[in-house]
Amino acid sequence: MLVHSRGAKWAVWAVFLLLFVPLFALPLLVVLGASFATHWSSVLPSGLTTANYRAATRGEALQALTTSLLTAAGASLLALAVGTWAALAGAALKQRYRRVVDALFVLPVAVPSVVVGLSVLVAFSKPPMLLNGTRWIVILAHTVLVTAFAHQSVSAAVTRLDPAYEQAAASLGARPSTVLWRVRLPLLLPSLTAAAGLCFALSMGELSATMMLYPPDWTPLPVLIYAATDRGALFTGSAVAVVLMAATLLVLFALSRVRTRASYR
Amino acid sequence: MNRRLLWALPPVALLALFFLYPLALVVQQSFQPDSGGTSLTPYSDVFASEAFRNALWTTVWLAVASTIGCLVLGFLLSLVIAFVPFPGAKAVARFIDVFLSFPSFLITLALLFIYGSVGMANGAWTDLTGASSGPFQFLTTPWGVLLAEVTYFTPFVMRPLLAAFSQLDTAQLEAAGSLGARAPRIVRQVILPEALPALAAGGSLVLVLCLNEFGIVLFTGAKGVTTLPMLVYSKAILESDYPGACVVAVVNVLISVGLYGLYRVVSRRAGA
Repeated sequence: MLVHSRGAKWAVWAVFLLLFVPLFALPLLVVLGASFATHWSSVLPSGLTTANYRAATRGEALQALTTSLLTAAGASLLALAVGTWAALAGAALKQRYRRVVDALFVLPVAVPSVVVGLSVLVAFSKPPMLLNGTRWIVILAHTVLVTAFAHQSVSAAVTRLDPAYEQAAASLGARPSTVLWRVRLPLLLPSLTAAAGLCFALSMGELSATMMLYPPDWTPLPVLIYAATDRGALFTGSAVAVVLMAATLLVLFALSRVRTRASYR
Repeated sequence: MNRRLLWALPPVALLALFFLYPLALVVQQSFQPDSGGTSLTPYSDVFASEAFRNALWTTVWLAVASTIGCLVLGFLLSLVIAFVPFPGAKAVARFIDVFLSFPSFLITLALLFIYGSVGMANGAWTDLTGASSGPFQFLTTPWGVLLAEVTYFTPFVMRPLLAAFSQLDTAQLEAAGSLGARAPRIVRQVILPEALPALAAGGSLVLVLCLNEFGIVLFTGAKGVTTLPMLVYSKAILESDYPGACVVAVVNVLISVGLYGLYRVVSRRAGA
């Protein structure tokens, strides 16, 4: 379309590959390759082994995986509930108030996650709300961080909703709660699952706030990967990282199946 | 009206309790030095320190340079995917989405294997030339962080760009082409104006995310590269200097939120 001659097309594609492969494809392949190796001092890794994976799927690594999955699931569900509520309630408000709600809920995107971690640490390290040292402080910080993303994507979907459906339901005598549960939320289901996937992925990879907060008995995967690479165990760290990526992708895939079934309705 | 306001209250109250109130405590603590009382001492101490000024400068130039790099690279790659499509271009676009769901520090981890002191590139060099060490020693310098940030954040620019390109009527390109415009001119006069809102949106998001990036810097593990989020972490966790950490946090929040607010005002004016 833009380039017509065959030679020019091949030249453009060659430049694309030269930029794309080393920058984007290579890093993921390298982590995958390193997770099966014991040495890497040449072009290709050497000392192929699966021992890294045996280490990455038992003991503290397995515990970190469940920790990450539980944290991400809890934070996503909480964030989805609060974000959806805020998006639905905000959409019903006058423009002036709606802007305030939108601005408040977008704020956690702009605030550095390290600072969110610090603020949660400062606020919940003393009574009456003593959460420091428990798993709840990690889940709380993750929830705060991902709520903004849940709110953003759900409120974008709410403004795209066709009001004809809820008006039809209301004109037939459905009460507001029936309209919400039987009409609006089912129509929003595809974007809700998309938002849940986004929140889950973000929480699985969250490192900055977690580093400020995690108690010794609640160590998520990213912290474990950092600890491994920090003490020089790069290859074990890679295997744990591959486990992290695989777990994230599996959950995202499962959520996308929910979405396709919902959109058939 | 009042009932509607009442319904909006619970989520806002939760946000206030778990996000705004802690943030206010950080601001409060930044005025309370360890010696007691309320004063500006933490601010004057932090602003006077060399480490803070270096971190501020490093943070800003790294973020600006990464954003420019992401915009240029993202624009070029999106152009090819959208307008010079090749078999597999769709798969590449989907790969970009997958890339977004991985944490940033994976890139630094990968770069350690590619350009690290005994990594792929240096290993190939020493194998070929017989030298004792390779030429790639930039990983622990700001350039390593820059490379990682450009790699990780470019997809954030490409996603809105690809969405904008998919809505562009290709008849415009054909018309411009049939009137004799060559590819560079079509890009400049037809595609670029259409892409500006998406570029502005992606670019400002990336700028804020780069200012706040922590994982990449932490994994780089370089003593010479300290950014503001890194300084917050090291002051609070490693030195237990909470007033100092709070001061740096306040400065970081002001820069990031200021820029983000500016972006939202500008993009609303532009109608994007």
